[in-house]
Amino acid sequence: MTTEAKNKPVEPAAEHPVTGVPVPNKALPLLRTEKLMLNMGPQHPSTHGVLKVVLELEGERIVKATPVLGFLHRGVEKLAEDGTYHQFIPHTDRLDYVCAMYNNFAYVRAVEKLLDMKVPERAEYLRTIVAEVQRIIGHLFWLGTQALDIGAMTVFFYTFREREVLLDFFDDLCGARLTTSWYRIGGVENDISPTLIGHLYKFLENFSEKLDEYNALLETNRIWIARTKGIAVISAEDAISFGLSGPTLRGSGVDYDLRKYEPYGAYDKVQWDVPVGKNGDTYDRYWIRILEMKESAKIVKQCLDQLPQGPYMVEDPRVTLPQKDKVFTNLEHMIRQFKLFTQGFNTPPGEIYCGTEAHKGELGFYIVSDGSGKPYRLKIRAPSFIHMGAFDYMARGYMIADIVTIFGTYDIVMGECDR
Amino acid sequence: MHPNAEKIQTRFPDAFLSEKEWRGDLAVTVKKDAIVPICRYLHDDPGMDFDYIVHISSVDYPEDPERFEVVYEFYSIRRRERIRIKARVTEEDCAIDSVTGIWKGADFMEREVFDMMGIRFNHHPDHRRILMPDEYDEGYPLRKDFPLAGKGWRDTFEFITEGTHKKTT
Repeated sequence: MTTEAKNKPVEPAAEHPVTGVPVPNKALPLLRTEKLMLNMGPQHPSTHGVLKVVLELEGERIVKATPVLGFLHRGVEKLAEDGTYHQFIPHTDRLDYVCAMYNNFAYVRAVEKLLDMKVPERAEYLRTIVAEVQRIIGHLFWLGTQALDIGAMTVFFYTFREREVLLDFFDDLCGARLTTSWYRIGGVENDISPTLIGHLYKFLENFSEKLDEYNALLETNRIWIARTKGIAVISAEDAISFGLSGPTLRGSGVDYDLRKYEPYGAYDKVQWDVPVGKNGDTYDRYWIRILEMKESAKIVKQCLDQLPQGPYMVEDPRVTLPQKDKVFTNLEHMIRQFKLFTQGFNTPPGEIYCGTEAHKGELGFYIVSDGSGKPYRLKIRAPSFIHMGAFDYMARGYMIADIVTIFGTYDIVMGECDR
Repeated sequence: MHPNAEKIQTRFPDAFLSEKEWRGDLAVTVKKDAIVPICRYLHDDPGMDFDYIVHISSVDYPEDPERFEVVYEFYSIRRRERIRIKARVTEEDCAIDSVTGIWKGADFMEREVFDMMGIRFNHHPDHRRILMPDEYDEGYPLRKDFPLAGKGWRDTFEFITEGTHKKTT
């Protein structure tokens, strides 16, 4: 009840003109109102993992939304301190388990920065190609699940059709679809075969038509527009202050993309643009992801055209793993493999931070080395975790039905959020 | 000396301790009492303009007299530069002032540091654990004296031994 209504003098109760029964005064509150607490999750199909949110509601409006994190906490940072640098690569797959390649990439880049290691050019191109394929997979996954959460089920089947093609490409490349562990410190695990290059070219040929299909389903869909336009709006200043990154930040009009401004891989050797939004709402972020898929397809196409010949791995016996076929036949290589996995390689003492533009945002690794074969401290700057910090701020004032849209707009994955 | 480190030194001569540039990363160590004024200067001064917070982290050095190190990483979107600020905290007075008033995103990051390393942040608006359960009281998992396998609660689970459970096949 507002103060204005409280101060208003209470009028005498009127009588019904026919029956004479007193009619209750409209100015008096007829119903008791109070804030409602609602637990959403941790088991909810739209939370993309196990996330619980304690909602404080006034009617259907969200007054406060407190995320309760940690249901998927596995202590990855603690585990890192107990293994060698090579042994941590498979752990990074399990951070953002729908986009494992980019996690591998971010981690091996950080270790290479620590070692001050230069990777062969072919490896840089291969890394860029696979990372961008992973970005397309990530965005397709996001588009399908976000549309499914909002109620447009059809898009899911269309995006997963293309996602399957690309996951089969990963399967042929490294033998795994999701937890890939394909990147290695100093290069990549194996070379790409001409057949696979042909598969990729064939996929890219009609990928833009496929994107048009999704857009035909969503772009002018009234329900999609009503549920995404003007939802979860965040201004550029707030987005920067919260440390948001990736499409969530670029949707607010901030031109921040590490691939462009701190180039790595082969990103500075190909032509592409950074799509930037205007309104900072869910629709803009959706549109940026669509445009990013187009840009990714452009990058992959150019990288495949330019792909140079040469080694795909640094040949440094102190650091890099030997070829698998040689390990079983050659004693020196077996000793090298054994040494690298039992003792690891020693890194120079020091500390580095290396951020990589994953498809969700800036995925960074802060590594403190004491000169031994294991990281002294390894901190993961996970975009999903930092995006959850802005969740309460972005959810306030919206309807309870919008909450799944707001989860989805970050492209959140709890494995990365809780680590 | 890096120009950014030099600016911090001239502005805060008492709080500035050291600077190091390694692999292209600039790290400045300061006294913990001055962390909020220095961060405010980094954020507000047009010559610095570090408006983006990258992460807050912590490192444990059990042998050192000042045991913990709080690490802040900032980025300037307009100037495209990075800086790392570090401050040492002792085990007895395990607290540092919060920077949530400067960067909103510091809220969750500081809660994570508290949860994992047990460093308190003064004037934090919502000072609770974040990844571990609220009622967890076995300590702080990322400290070096916390064993990797946990503190033994795994051994308290009841295991089903062969004699006690029914065979289904």
